[in-house]
Amino acid sequence: MRTSFIETLVQVAERDSRVWLLTGDLGYSVLEKFSTKFPDRYLNAGVAEQNMVGVAAGLAMTGKVVFVYSIANFPTLRCLEQFRNDVCYHNLSVKIVAVGCGLAYGGHGYTHHGVEDIGVMSLLPHVTVMAPGDPVETRWATRTLAEHAGPAYLRLGKAGEPVVHQSEPRIELGKAVQVIDGTQATLISTGGMLETAVRIATILAARRVSVRVLSMPTLRPFDADRVIAEAKRTGRIITLEEHGPGGLGTMVGECLAQAGLGVRFVPMRLQPEPTLCAGSQAYLCGRHGLSLERMVEVTEEVAGTPAADRLRDYGVPIPQPVGSGRERVS
Amino acid sequence: MTTDTQKLATTIRGHALRMIAKAKASHVGSCLSMADLLAVLYGSVLRVDPANPQWPMRDRLVVSKGHGAAILYAVLAERGFFPVADLMTYSQDGSPLTGHVSHHVPGVELSTGSLGHGLPVGCGLALAHRRPHAPREDTITRSETPTVPHTYVILSDGELDEGSNWEAILFAGHHKLDSLTAIVDYNKVQSFGSVKDVLDLEPLGDKWRSFGWQVHQIDGHDHDAIQSALAADHTGKPKVIIAHTIKGKGVAYMEGQLAWHYKSPDAKQLADALLGLECGQ
Repeated sequence: MRTSFIETLVQVAERDSRVWLLTGDLGYSVLEKFSTKFPDRYLNAGVAEQNMVGVAAGLAMTGKVVFVYSIANFPTLRCLEQFRNDVCYHNLSVKIVAVGCGLAYGGHGYTHHGVEDIGVMSLLPHVTVMAPGDPVETRWATRTLAEHAGPAYLRLGKAGEPVVHQSEPRIELGKAVQVIDGTQATLISTGGMLETAVRIATILAARRVSVRVLSMPTLRPFDADRVIAEAKRTGRIITLEEHGPGGLGTMVGECLAQAGLGVRFVPMRLQPEPTLCAGSQAYLCGRHGLSLERMVEVTEEVAGTPAADRLRDYGVPIPQPVGSGRERVS
Repeated sequence: MTTDTQKLATTIRGHALRMIAKAKASHVGSCLSMADLLAVLYGSVLRVDPANPQWPMRDRLVVSKGHGAAILYAVLAERGFFPVADLMTYSQDGSPLTGHVSHHVPGVELSTGSLGHGLPVGCGLALAHRRPHAPREDTITRSETPTVPHTYVILSDGELDEGSNWEAILFAGHHKLDSLTAIVDYNKVQSFGSVKDVLDLEPLGDKWRSFGWQVHQIDGHDHDAIQSALAADHTGKPKVIIAHTIKGKGVAYMEGQLAWHYKSPDAKQLADALLGLECGQ
């Protein structure tokens, strides 16, 4: 994804002289493609993220479009107030780009795990939040953000993520993208979990369980209309993300609750507790309950279970279908 | 010119006192200590156009000590950015004149209030105005220099506790941002004690100098000294003016008193203060 990002940014910068790139002393063997081509619009701000985001705000105040690059929590949590006050409050065109989010830097330990970033960044005013699912979506996101006025957060994985979209899909800002059609449940994925979502649906298709897969590359603005439409269509919603509470699952849950839709909903996400051990990305996901086997099992169970029965198991009141004329409490 | 700026300083001190008294707001001492700095900047130095606040070639002033909002609004109104009559809505229900500096007020560049934000943004502004369109150092001629907008950042002494400022001080020195001037309103009293007792900044000038800045230490209430420090050439380096000031300057009973970081004057105290300023009631 980061390769796709930098290659697209170079293309965008060739056409648009407003585009700048700042880094917090990271991006070895990645950012050189930009820095050698546009030395006057590139700056290594050093290991000083608070200043870097302030500098980005100052540059953007003069009309520049500033991409700020670093890994995981450094350009987000470390300088959160600079992004909140200096960038978002002033509605400036600064795009924070974090690579290695989720558990991509698994073995490096919890300090390097970007597992709260979607939730935190999504709370801020004016912000556009994107977590593309593959290199194709990353190209689209980079191009879109360069043209989009205002602050943004772009959440990326590392390198080597597979291409999921075999052809260039039509993607719109703030809209979900359908990747696989299906009828029994809707599996909504954000970020690099897209490939896993497709694998889950493929495995289940062989077992004659039909699961629809959506990719959600934009999280703010959030495609509530599509979530509601899916809830009405399949009646079973599963979300998938490499992020703790506060991300896609929380957004979908809030949306379903506000719409009064009592459908079956299972968020598959990381646990809020820190990961205490070393391990590969896949291993650590498994420790959080996100092994492929477990996710297939959960998805199959949700897709095959009538929503109302399942709710009864938990002792939750069975919601009436929408528009059934439920009694008014006065 | 000095007479004019002194008159402006007295006028905006009076406005700030009335505004803060009416709103029962805080930070009057912090406002009064930087009155002379603002009066000289807006009275004779800054190239700004009140009729066109977004003029791209304007000089930028970032007031990083956002709690000094009342007196900034006062000088902007006196300079013609918005009607003086609006000042008395300060901190009142529905007013854009919030208790900390707001960019929704004409003439304000950056909303501040959380400390340690202004200087990094000032670095970005200075960088934008230097590269790539501004002339390179080796090609600058005297006649070209004034076409580059200058960025000024006013900092409090207390906010120099914030690490983000030292990131920016390091950055500006490294990048030789010579269209950037920082001004420290060094009134020696921070939020909960004297600067010396809470987190001593001394030797402050040496610190900035060692980070690659040109340093001026002046009496921050002496208009001639402010003028000449602002005018000093600093090609190839950012400049800091460490302005030694008095918290509450101009109102005898407030001067140097921590309490006036919080208290607002009652009717009698306001009358005494205004009488002292010789600007009547």
